[in-house]
Amino acid sequence: MTVDSTAARKPRRSSTKRTRAKQPTADQTQLVQLLTPEGERVEHPDYSIDLTPEELRGLYRDMVLTRRFDAEATTLQRQGELGLWASLLGQEAPQIGSGRALRDDDYVFPTYREHGVAWCRDVDPTNLLGMFRGVNNGGWDPNSNNFHLYTIVIGSQTLHATGYAMGVAKDGADSAVIAYFGDGASSQGDVAEAFTFSAVYNAPVVFFCQNNQWAISEPTERQTRVPLYQRAQGYGFPGVRVDGNDVLACLAVTRAALERARSGQGPMLVEAFTYRMGAHTTSDDPTRYRADEERELWEAKDPILRLRTYLTREEFADEAFFTALDQESDALAKRVRDAVRSMPDPDHMAIFENIYADGHALVDEERAQFAAYQASFAEEGH
Amino acid sequence: MAAGSTEKLSIVKAINASLRKSLETDNKVVIMGEDVGKLGGVFRVTDGLQKDFGEERVIDTPLAESGIVGTAIGLALRGYRPVVEIQFDGFVFPAYDQIVTQLAKMHARALGKVKMPVVIRIPYGGGIGAVEHHSESPEALFAHVAGLKCVSPSNAFDAYWMMQQAIASDDPVIYFEPKRRYHDRSEVNTSAIPGPLHAARLERLGTDLTLAAYGPMVKVCRDAAAAAAEEGKSIEVLDLRSISPIDFDAIEASVRRTGRLVIVHEAPVFFGSGAEVAARITERCFYHLEAPVLRVGGFHAPYPPSRLEDEYLPGLDRVLDAVDRALAY
Repeated sequence: MTVDSTAARKPRRSSTKRTRAKQPTADQTQLVQLLTPEGERVEHPDYSIDLTPEELRGLYRDMVLTRRFDAEATTLQRQGELGLWASLLGQEAPQIGSGRALRDDDYVFPTYREHGVAWCRDVDPTNLLGMFRGVNNGGWDPNSNNFHLYTIVIGSQTLHATGYAMGVAKDGADSAVIAYFGDGASSQGDVAEAFTFSAVYNAPVVFFCQNNQWAISEPTERQTRVPLYQRAQGYGFPGVRVDGNDVLACLAVTRAALERARSGQGPMLVEAFTYRMGAHTTSDDPTRYRADEERELWEAKDPILRLRTYLTREEFADEAFFTALDQESDALAKRVRDAVRSMPDPDHMAIFENIYADGHALVDEERAQFAAYQASFAEEGH
Repeated sequence: MAAGSTEKLSIVKAINASLRKSLETDNKVVIMGEDVGKLGGVFRVTDGLQKDFGEERVIDTPLAESGIVGTAIGLALRGYRPVVEIQFDGFVFPAYDQIVTQLAKMHARALGKVKMPVVIRIPYGGGIGAVEHHSESPEALFAHVAGLKCVSPSNAFDAYWMMQQAIASDDPVIYFEPKRRYHDRSEVNTSAIPGPLHAARLERLGTDLTLAAYGPMVKVCRDAAAAAAEEGKSIEVLDLRSISPIDFDAIEASVRRTGRLVIVHEAPVFFGSGAEVAARITERCFYHLEAPVLRVGGFHAPYPPSRLEDEYLPGLDRVLDAVDRALAY
């Protein structure tokens, strides 16, 4: 932690200019990296990975298709087909890397931006769009892919993941649970409580923080004085920072963390140091609070570009592969576009559906009243 | 207590027996909360359960209410049926977000694909001379939320059976325990066939006026009806038992007979459950009412220091005052 020495010598009176730790950059702290921004494979003493060319092409394909899907969703919002979209642009590596580290029996608790993880769990991309189009508030069966519903209130899902993991341990299963959250969520009490509960019960959960540097308009330095991965130490479990634009490092570190959880060693925090290349959502305007230069710096670290460079240099993929993938991307985009445009509005009686599992007298009464009210228009010939 | 016996039990013992029964019969039931293990809870409701069922079934939690409810949601997603204790009414608010935003809505958000069989026990209400935040009645704040069910027993028999039914429910149930009646004793038949969880029960028949209450205020209303009887007034007493849903049919049937309704609760009158009852009953049987529906409850004030709580809480005289005003119409 670096302290502003000038401020320390001459205390200022203004409470708004208190001495404050500078936000450490990725380079100033330990960062697990296996593939540099230039596409060079490098080794790390604690985390290694050995993938076949086919597996490497698979990761590349996942990231490209996820980015294409995401871009299509942004377009659909601009065209009025979606009410809102939360883009994952720039965060393909942590999502695909961690998502591909999971086993089928592991369970995922996402935020609302985990489109790449959903892709890895075989959740149909069109299912993700229902809530953004406004036809449902969830839209899929969490248990069919072990992928919980998107959670919008920040940080809440970390406790659900912890409780689920406590249940896994009670069952004597060797599955693991992964909870996604962001740098903003790290300030939430629920995240602190999830750290505490998981630690004292030794729950098999991996906390996967995508530090994309921005919580809407607030930089990470508004959330923390220390690198986020270091928070884990205070709770008694390990934390590690990984290059969040390096899909290989994200995969290797998440695999290790999940294996650790499965073998009864308890929780671990992974901080994927990455960047939100786009706006927070389609309603946001980043030009009001951040400089273009910052984005340009991160563009040079693009997760897809660096893997493409590596694949090409090592001759693990040829032009035919990239061309075919482009065509597959366009086909995916077309399928998503068509599915969204033909997605029907729900029946108005859906308001009353699934509020309770065992029913509720008031819901029954209001449902009947509303149905009668609606029917009265039909009788009047409207 | 032997299975299927009838015994005179306090509410504390009845809830304890009910939790024990559920731990015995369903290995997915787990108890969670602060001090519920070795101590047996600050009111001893979970006394002896951890000793007999172990730390994996009766779980002492970190001191964090949001964490308790949030992890209970996760356990429910895994197939467990958590029964969590919030130590006191005024301590539930750190968990309010998890209850309202997550627990209540999960079944609907998942299009019915996941169930949330979570019971949240909250000792509530005043009258025990406690310090601040230990005497509140927050039930309306939960009844207002779709997806939750709220119940409050007034006696040991209901305490036993309503807990059995709450645990069996696939919906989240907030179970409000009338802490000042914890040691009131009544007959509990553990082989009885209980009525529906959300049905009101006629406590006392009468012809002149209906008193409706739940939880700790049922006794006050029963005493008020007895006192009124000495003055020749015939008061019907209805124990609502459930605050969400409310058994409006039972209240309406009673009011159609008596023509007058006074509803009593400890919670503040303003936006309280009595307001909802008054509005609905006025709508349902306006022409059967001989007087406006009156409410007796707490004031629009923070729960007062305990030296003042006897003035704040609706007692026999405040209830009788409302009865007299209703009968004077």
